[in-house]
Amino acid sequence: MDIRRRKKPNDEIPTASLPDIVFMLLIFFLVTTTIDMDKGIMMVLPDRGGEFKVNPENICNVLVNATGQVLVDDEPVELRQISDKVESKVISRGKDADGKWKLIVSIKTEPDTPYNTYIQVLDQVKRTKATKISIAEPEQ
Amino acid sequence: MQFSRKSKASADIPTASLPDIIFMLLIFFMVATVFKEFRGLPIQLPAALKTEKLESKRNVAYVWIGRQGQISVDDKIIAMDDVSPILSDKFAQNRRLLISLKIDKEVKMGIVSDLHEKLRDAYTLRINYATKHVEN
Repeated sequence: MDIRRRKKPNDEIPTASLPDIVFMLLIFFLVTTTIDMDKGIMMVLPDRGGEFKVNPENICNVLVNATGQVLVDDEPVELRQISDKVESKVISRGKDADGKWKLIVSIKTEPDTPYNTYIQVLDQVKRTKATKISIAEPEQ
Repeated sequence: MQFSRKSKASADIPTASLPDIIFMLLIFFMVATVFKEFRGLPIQLPAALKTEKLESKRNVAYVWIGRQGQISVDDKIIAMDDVSPILSDKFAQNRRLLISLKIDKEVKMGIVSDLHEKLRDAYTLRINYATKHVEN
C-alpha cells in the first residue's frame, strides 16, 4: 500500500518578516514616548506658628505691585536688574557664624499681582546667593 | 600568472541577532513609555531659569489652577476649602509628599497666597512652582 502525503505542509511559522514587525513596533514606541521632565522652582513654606523676630537690618524687602513694578528696599528696580541689586545687598550684608548669607529676601505681592510676575521676581532672587527667601502675605 | 586569495572572509554583516537587539530596544521603550493618564487643566506655565527637576513622581501631588481661578486636584474641580483635607490625606499616606503647583501665569497672587495658606494647613510645606525652562 502506498500511503503518501499529497502535500508536504510547512509546519514552521515564517520568521523572515519578524524584524520588520518588531521595527514597526519599535518606531511606534519611539514616537509615542515622551520622557517629560517636570521642572520648577522649589520652595518650602513656613511652618504654622513659627513666628520669630528677625533683625530688620537682615531683611531685604522686594515689593511687587499689580502692574509688575518692583521696589527693592523702597527703590524702583527693573525686573531684570533685581538679581544684581539683591546680589550686591546679600554680599554687603555678609555671612553669619554658620557661614550662611545673612540677608533674608522677603517678597511681598499685591492680591492683583499676576503670578507670572511673581515667578519672574522669584527666579531673579533665586539666581543670587540668597538662600533665605520668604514670601510675605499680600495685604488683602 | 595566478592570483589566489588566501582567506575568504565573509563580507556580510551577521543579521541573525538583529531581531534580538531590536526586541531589547522595543522592550526598553515599552517599559519607559508612560501614557499620560491625566492632562489637568489647560494652562500656560510661566518661564524661569533657576528650575530644578522633580524627584520621583511617586512623591508628587499636583494642584492645578486655571486661568479663571478654578482649582483641580486628581482630575476633579474642587473648591478652595477642599484643598487642605484632600492634601492632608495624601500627606498622611506619604510623608515625603511634594506639591507641584501648576498655575496659569495670568492667575492673580491673591488666589496663590490663599492656596499657600491651605497648603500650610495641610502641612504640605514642600512645594514646587511648575515652570517652563528658559535661558535668558
